[in-house]
Amino acid sequence: MTLSRLAPYLQATPLTLILAAFLVLPIATIVMVSFWDYDSIQIFPAFVFTNYEETITSPVTWNTYINTFKYTVIVWAVTLFVGFWVAYYLAFHIRSTTMQMVLFLVCTIPFLTSNIIRMISWIPFLGRNGLLNQTLMGMGVINQPLEFLLFSDFAVVLAMVHLYTLFMVTPIFNTLMRIDRALVEAARDAGANGWQILTNVIIPLAKPGIAIGSIFVVTLVMGDFITVRFMSGGQSASVGLMMANQIALLQYPAAAANAVILLIIVLLLVGGILRIVNIRKEL
Amino acid sequence: MNSEKRGLGFYILTAFFALFVLFLYGPLTTIFILSFQGPNGGLTFPMNGSSVHWFKNLLFEQQAVGDFGGAFSRSLILGLMTMMATVVVSLLAGLAFRRRFLGSGPLFYLTIASLIVPSILISLGIGLAFQVFGLSPAWYSSAFGAHLTWTLPFGLLIMFAVFNRFNPAYEEAARDLGATSWQTFAHVVLPIILPSLVGVGLFGFTLSYDEFARTLMTAGTFNTLPLEIYGMTTNVTTPVLYALGTVTTLFSMGIIVVALVAIAVLRKRRARKVAG
Repeated sequence: MTLSRLAPYLQATPLTLILAAFLVLPIATIVMVSFWDYDSIQIFPAFVFTNYEETITSPVTWNTYINTFKYTVIVWAVTLFVGFWVAYYLAFHIRSTTMQMVLFLVCTIPFLTSNIIRMISWIPFLGRNGLLNQTLMGMGVINQPLEFLLFSDFAVVLAMVHLYTLFMVTPIFNTLMRIDRALVEAARDAGANGWQILTNVIIPLAKPGIAIGSIFVVTLVMGDFITVRFMSGGQSASVGLMMANQIALLQYPAAAANAVILLIIVLLLVGGILRIVNIRKEL
Repeated sequence: MNSEKRGLGFYILTAFFALFVLFLYGPLTTIFILSFQGPNGGLTFPMNGSSVHWFKNLLFEQQAVGDFGGAFSRSLILGLMTMMATVVVSLLAGLAFRRRFLGSGPLFYLTIASLIVPSILISLGIGLAFQVFGLSPAWYSSAFGAHLTWTLPFGLLIMFAVFNRFNPAYEEAARDLGATSWQTFAHVVLPIILPSLVGVGLFGFTLSYDEFARTLMTAGTFNTLPLEIYGMTTNVTTPVLYALGTVTTLFSMGIIVVALVAIAVLRKRRARKVAG
């Protein structure tokens, strides 16, 4: 009897240990190092606030945050729009379960392949001599290649939407599948048209999925650095990229201070989303 | 509802969905095609003849930068390690969460936190922690841990979904027939959830195999494949980059197909057993 009462603790031990070692301890280290001091060759233990001071008082930080928020808002809005309609189509317009699963897998498979390759694959498409420019010039729409397609904010947003929309599709699809179809029928019997059913029945019931998808997308974009670096060609900044650059220069305490600030902001955003929508039923 | 006529909305959304799929797969298709560029071809269209030159170049010639073979085998082993650890740890934790235990709430929130903490923070944190403790980071230690912080939450969420739908009557029946808890687990629970475990393994492997941000500061001296590919993007200006993209993507897709076939076979076998 004692063993069976102990069992859940033993079963939960590996997960707890791994998260303690590779999540809690590293974040504690970041917080600690964010108060350390550094010079051009090494970091050393101290208790200084200069890293935070320099980060918060620098206009570069503020501009970088504004730029990151800009990406976040745009990518969030686009992935929400695309993700909702894709999920809605799969959940309400595809009638056989097998077909639903097949189409859902079609959406999922790219997610399981390399992000970097998926970014590289935009080059022949968007580049100066890329497919899109060639096509547009061939059609006579433009006379010279569009320069803003690759290595620009446009490319960053496009690649992020490409990489992250699935994080919106999956949770929304999941909530839509759980909506009792009788509710839709009842609304229709009561005289609601398609639009009213959508806005008064389906969207309110889909809110938890929308919230979970939003949390994914917001946290992924806020922390992103590789997409911004690669797709902007080094011309745009994001908080993650700023940290990555500090890391490359071995300015770990500065990067750590930035990391703490970023973590606080991300947690505030997630907390905000959770205040608006209760996702507990979903879990 | 099934006999209902398709409205205009259906056709608009079908077109929208088709565009979305094209958007997902179109770019990948272009690099597949371009990786068969002729020996004098460039990074964009038009095709300058077609050949397998760049694949040969990738596989058999010494590259100016990087070590493709070594990086691939490291990523493969790391992916397999992450896969096994993810399956075992998520399964155990999933079983634990079926009952109430002290601290289950905090552990759950910690797991979710692992999912939403930006990757670069995990990377930086583990890198710093190793430095502070005087350990040297390596792909099989620090990067392995970093990957688990990404794969375990997915694994646990899948296990939640599985056990939410799991009918405890099967276990009760086994116990009534005198099975021990181990027998109940091994002969009743495990066979039922096996297809889902293959899914957890698939996530564990592919997420690790493709992970970049979490590996950046934790890989130590030797690169994993995504780091190697990223290094190549700044130095390599020939279609060999696309050949590499094609090879690794085909490898990933091969793994996905194997896993999906395994899941289908397991389900079918199970259905036949239940029917017979």
